[in-house]
Amino acid sequence: MTHLLSVADLGRDGIDEVLRVADAFAEVARRPVRKVPTLRGKAIATLFFEESTRTRLSFETAAKRLSADVLSFAAASSSLKKGESLRDTVETIEAMGIDALVVRHSAAGVPQQVARWVRSSKVVNAGDGWHEHPTQALLDCFTVRQVRAEQGRDPRFEGLQVLVVGDVRHSRVARSQVLAYSLLGAEVTLAAPASLLPPSLEGWPVRVAEDLDGALVEADVVSLLRLQAERGSGAFVPSLREYTAGWGLTSRRAALLAPTTIVTHPGPMVRGVEIAGDVADLPQAVVTRQVTNGVAVRMAVLFLLLGAPGGAEGLGKEADG
Amino acid sequence: MADVLVRGGEVLDAGGRRRADVLVADAVVRAVGEGLEAPAGATVLDAGGCVVAPGLVDLHAHLRQPGREETETVETAARAAALGGYTAIVAMPNTEPPLDSAGTAREVLELGRHAAVEVAVAGAITVGRAGERLAPMAELAALGVRLFTDDGTGVQDGALMRRALDYARGLGVTLAQHCEDERLAAGGAMHEGSWSSRLGIPGVPAAAEEAMVARDLALVRLTGARLHFLHLSTAGSVELVRRAKAEGLPVTAEAAPHHLVLTDAAVGGFDPVFRVNPPLRGEADVAAVRAGLADGTIDVVATDHAPHAPETKDVPFAEAPPGMLGLETALAVALSVAPLEQVLALMSWQPAAIAGLADRHGGPVAEGRPANLCVIDPAATWQVDAGRLASRSRNTPYDGWKLTGRVRHTVVAGVPVVVDAEALR
Repeated sequence: MTHLLSVADLGRDGIDEVLRVADAFAEVARRPVRKVPTLRGKAIATLFFEESTRTRLSFETAAKRLSADVLSFAAASSSLKKGESLRDTVETIEAMGIDALVVRHSAAGVPQQVARWVRSSKVVNAGDGWHEHPTQALLDCFTVRQVRAEQGRDPRFEGLQVLVVGDVRHSRVARSQVLAYSLLGAEVTLAAPASLLPPSLEGWPVRVAEDLDGALVEADVVSLLRLQAERGSGAFVPSLREYTAGWGLTSRRAALLAPTTIVTHPGPMVRGVEIAGDVADLPQAVVTRQVTNGVAVRMAVLFLLLGAPGGAEGLGKEADG
Repeated sequence: MADVLVRGGEVLDAGGRRRADVLVADAVVRAVGEGLEAPAGATVLDAGGCVVAPGLVDLHAHLRQPGREETETVETAARAAALGGYTAIVAMPNTEPPLDSAGTAREVLELGRHAAVEVAVAGAITVGRAGERLAPMAELAALGVRLFTDDGTGVQDGALMRRALDYARGLGVTLAQHCEDERLAAGGAMHEGSWSSRLGIPGVPAAAEEAMVARDLALVRLTGARLHFLHLSTAGSVELVRRAKAEGLPVTAEAAPHHLVLTDAAVGGFDPVFRVNPPLRGEADVAAVRAGLADGTIDVVATDHAPHAPETKDVPFAEAPPGMLGLETALAVALSVAPLEQVLALMSWQPAAIAGLADRHGGPVAEGRPANLCVIDPAATWQVDAGRLASRSRNTPYDGWKLTGRVRHTVVAGVPVVVDAEALR
């Protein structure tokens, strides 16, 4: 793996490999000392040009558990405010001797640009505009596989019905999920007000649900998206009330779900809008599990980028080391 | 001024093709015929294997002076134009300050007097290009300005556009519209379609262009004024203009070279060099624009040459300023989609007529006519190297492309300014 910019970079085999390696790292979190020396001596910088608490903490926790040195760059307090260009900022940070740059930006494509500018660093996309958020989709897949195994069900994705509900138009999570789930063999259905669907779905391996209630009955996995009101998504529907009535996972709708159906949410959740408070607290809503798994999945991504000359082969040995 | 003999080529103008040498003296074509003798002391330009044509005329170039001289100047743009076969270019008014008064227009015209090609000026339609009140069009027309536009933006207010058309009709000048409904386009950074949806980049729907084309056609019908549509990019726009011409409305239209050969798929790598306005469209739009060239709906290929400093393109795609270079590549790009005769109509005599420059540019190549000529080797192949362009900027979308058709010599007002593809000025 050169960089992780899009789920498409991984392909099906790459996703499988990340999930397999993440299994091993999830075990690290259950040890008394939650740390392995795998990336000792490596330096990882998180470059968050857009604020995010949970994704940054998750990546930094993952890097620290791998014993990497972590540098944290926050745009708000940076030289960007003094007029330095994005490219100069990236080149300056890389020049400090950084092995991997974890990039979050409010504009689509910045991780791709950063990957063209760096000399030898690996670049990880931690979310770019409406484009992609690959590690979020990977941790969703990891969580679904894990929960289904615990339920005693087939953990494979072939034929799995995944329903993505909400603001797909403005969602980087949705774009990565569609790629990841469909590459793994799941069947993805979108449910959203038409104004919150992307203008074109040409080439997307998805169906659009005509009826949310019916789609919920069929779903094995329901992925709820947040209505990104702070980005103006509120103007795409008449009101939050009407959005919740039409597209929220209310208690009434939750009752339509099969008992084994898994409900995911990338966070932050807005209770009372896309998900009712009591639904968020149901056991099948796996939001905190996703957060826990996010660390293991990001450890796997960083390991595969920086620490694995032979891919995952050396993992067991090094993780014990 | 030394005499110039262009020898061994094939003359091609609106009147057709014939083998002929062209003798130029004192800025005027003195003789056109086979086997002309070079007068003593004359400069002989070899045109073997080449076509000798009226110089190209660009209706749409952003020269960036005054205001952005670090990206381009009248001098550097004119040199790039000469290398591209142009003998005249029309400077767009979105400079800083804009060309909305006699003072700024006079400055650019004066700079143009020392440039490699003739520099005409397009004046702004509204003061400051702000779309609120009319610029002093009569004052500008008195300086020879024949084309007016707020290019970079369209005139959003329909009532103001109607008044501008009425006023322009009275002055005998032509308005040119950048068709873009700002509310429909708001926030968009690329064509809205399957690529924008996949890439998560906010899109500009084709309707943002077409809505203004449709409105302006209604206003032309209302006022009877002439209107030129700048850089049309969508199938719907081409169809609207096709019907308007069939109806007999006094409209003309142009397309930019990049809209003939590039689609929104080029944005897939998020390289801001491919950000341009109007945006690169889908395949069906590109096909429709080409069909518009073929059937005469589109009268002109104009570059929309828009230099930008490298650092302004080293930013996120959606934050980069729109625009790409065009003067040095336009001819070869156009030749990749249309035959030479048609390309010359689209890039020489038709734009010369719209710009009000037909008395000096666009031919015919005939005794007594002003000597503004370009000599084109239609078979020469060359590779675009962004680092070697004469423009002060580097934002060409064709870097590394192999193109066929190259300008060998350019003669402006009787003076060779490009000889063997090297600029002399």
